Amino acid sequence: MAGINLHSGTAVPLDIANVDTDQIIPKQFLTAVTRKGYGKHLFHDWRYLDLHEQEPNPDFALNKPEYKNASILLTRQNFGCGSSREHAPWSLADYGFSAVIAPSFADIFYANSVNNQFLPICLTNAEVDALFAAVKADPQTQIDLNLTEQSVSCDGQTYHFDIDPVHKNAMIKGLDAIGLTLELDSHIGAYESKMPAWIA
Amino acid sequence: MAKSLFDKVWDAHLVHHDGDDCLIYIDRHLIHEVTTPQAFSGLKEKNRKVRRPDKTFATMDHSISTRSLAIDACGPTNALQLRTLAENCQENGIEIYPVGHQKQGIIHVIAPELGLILPGMTVVCGDSHTATHGAFGALAFGIGTSQVEHVFASQTLKQGKSKSMKVQVDGKLGLGVTAKDIILAIIGKIGHAGATAHVIEYCGSAIEALTMEERMTICNMTIEAGAKAGLIAPDQNTIDYLQGREKAPTGADWDAAVAYWQTLKSDEGAHFDTEVSLKAEDIKPQVTWGTNPGQVVAVDELVPTPESMPNDVEKTSCINALKYMDLKAGQKLSDISVNNVFIGSCTNSRIEDLRAAAKVAGLGHVAAGVTAIVVPGSGQVKLQAEAEGLDKIFIDAGFEWRLPGCSMCLGMNDDILQPGDRCASTSNRNFEGRQGRGARTHLVSPAMAAAAAIHGRFVDVRQLGEA
Ligand code: SF4
Repeated sequence: MAGINLHSGTAVPLDIANVDTDQIIPKQFLTAVTRKGYGKHLFHDWRYLDLHEQEPNPDFALNKPEYKNASILLTRQNFGCGSSREHAPWSLADYGFSAVIAPSFADIFYANSVNNQFLPICLTNAEVDALFAAVKADPQTQIDLNLTEQSVSCDGQTYHFDIDPVHKNAMIKGLDAIGLTLELDSHIGAYESKMPAWIA
Repeated sequence: MAKSLFDKVWDAHLVHHDGDDCLIYIDRHLIHEVTTPQAFSGLKEKNRKVRRPDKTFATMDHSISTRSLAIDACGPTNALQLRTLAENCQENGIEIYPVGHQKQGIIHVIAPELGLILPGMTVVCGDSHTATHGAFGALAFGIGTSQVEHVFASQTLKQGKSKSMKVQVDGKLGLGVTAKDIILAIIGKIGHAGATAHVIEYCGSAIEALTMEERMTICNMTIEAGAKAGLIAPDQNTIDYLQGREKAPTGADWDAAVAYWQTLKSDEGAHFDTEVSLKAEDIKPQVTWGTNPGQVVAVDELVPTPESMPNDVEKTSCINALKYMDLKAGQKLSDISVNNVFIGSCTNSRIEDLRAAAKVAGLGHVAAGVTAIVVPGSGQVKLQAEAEGLDKIFIDAGFEWRLPGCSMCLGMNDDILQPGDRCASTSNRNFEGRQGRGARTHLVSPAMAAAAAIHGRFVDVRQLGEA
């Protein structure tokens, strides 16, 4: 998979806390057996007024013309809570987002995003507030993300974010996590040979 | 150094580590139709095999009908997903409990039933409610599809170790107060994201007094507090539950296992990053009023006001939730009427749950205008309930008695609510649209759900005398 390191773009403000995976991609779209094509259903219940996705909800942030080309999602705390469905980052990436910025994320969503080179960036509440203010004042505000530097730059301000060095390396290089683990095959075999009979 | 239960299970599964980057071994991999097709195709693309099909177990639960055993009953897309699972299992030599099998059911109900989950194991599934299995003192957590593929290929996962939280509940529960109320009260106290990045250990006299099924209800909703996993130390209840189960060890293996399980508890003085405590006596039957499980109050309390929220973000969430739920701040919960009742899901569809609901159902009849369905968690639960005559009690009282599956917990089948419907549900998520677009979900215990069915509104089960 291609890695991600630098990204520049505009952001769409989704000013809602605790956005759950049922909102990101509702269950009726989980019946597919592929990883592609979920973007058109992203935020289905909020984004469309009808079930057939013909009538966009004009009040929903993603549908506003000024945010049409945004490639960064800006949102509030506990984003991605709920189910383990990897369809959540799949649909965000398929829609055209490269990253999501929030004060906190649910654990499984965070891991799923990392595994898909979809960048979850955790900033403080105050920093997220500042980004919301900037993006609402001027939807064309450019935001520059730099994973190597672990930085978000906007309006002359630069914010630092933390990320696990293992996640960072895997995302930048687009590493095949499974391939790397399989290089440890002898360790796995050795572990298995020592397991007690009741659990082996 | 004193170790917690979490430390002990974690240390016993370390295959390799490079600083904080740990590779842990997975003892049980549970799978279902929704989160696996892409993982199987990923394997195939790379020419990889399932390393330990003997540690992998499959069922069909999410996309199936609860009215018909036909695989096509919910349309061609669902059927394709189900057939894909069956084919993938066959190709890879994985044991599967398909629709119609006597032991089929919700994955988190059947795995313990079969004796697949043992103390001290690591258990994963592409499903957040895998936390259920922590009830056995197993480290059990939900994973995404990429990780499912990783476990298929290597039987391991790369993980950083989570922080730890101790949730202690002491005392004696009041009459009519259940495990569901304990966990909802815990989530209400610490918040919907209160345990993010933590593994919880539940302990205290009120937890020790719970049956295994009640412990499963508690651990099941660990994810609704944001935690990765929830653990309860194994004890005699655990051992008694497991002895003689189909997949549980026997003979000398059983003895060795039991001896080991007895060491699986947190040492005196073990370190926890966060500690929380509740008194069982303070817990009352709970009802959620909002659109996340942390938005919950006791049945005798009022729907809260936005002004009472601790900060602006919570205040906005409260305003949005009241709007979606069509409720008014300060409203009495007992004034809220429901037109749907769902008794089921991996939280509350086991035999003890159905007994508790039947006891209340037997006191009356489903109110006019209310649709109430009971969906047993597994084929075995269904059989047991029928042997006890519970199905008859439900049917006589006007409830529908269905086939096992996830059903209206998430409505991937045709068990969905219509816009504006209001449901008393024993499931675990009251998110917007979870049970159907525009539908409103209130999470409650099985007894509270049955009482709501009979009265057409929320009532305090403690006032029914019988409950
Ligand atoms: S019953 Fe509900 S929460 Fe449990 S596994 Fe099924 S869909 Fe998920």
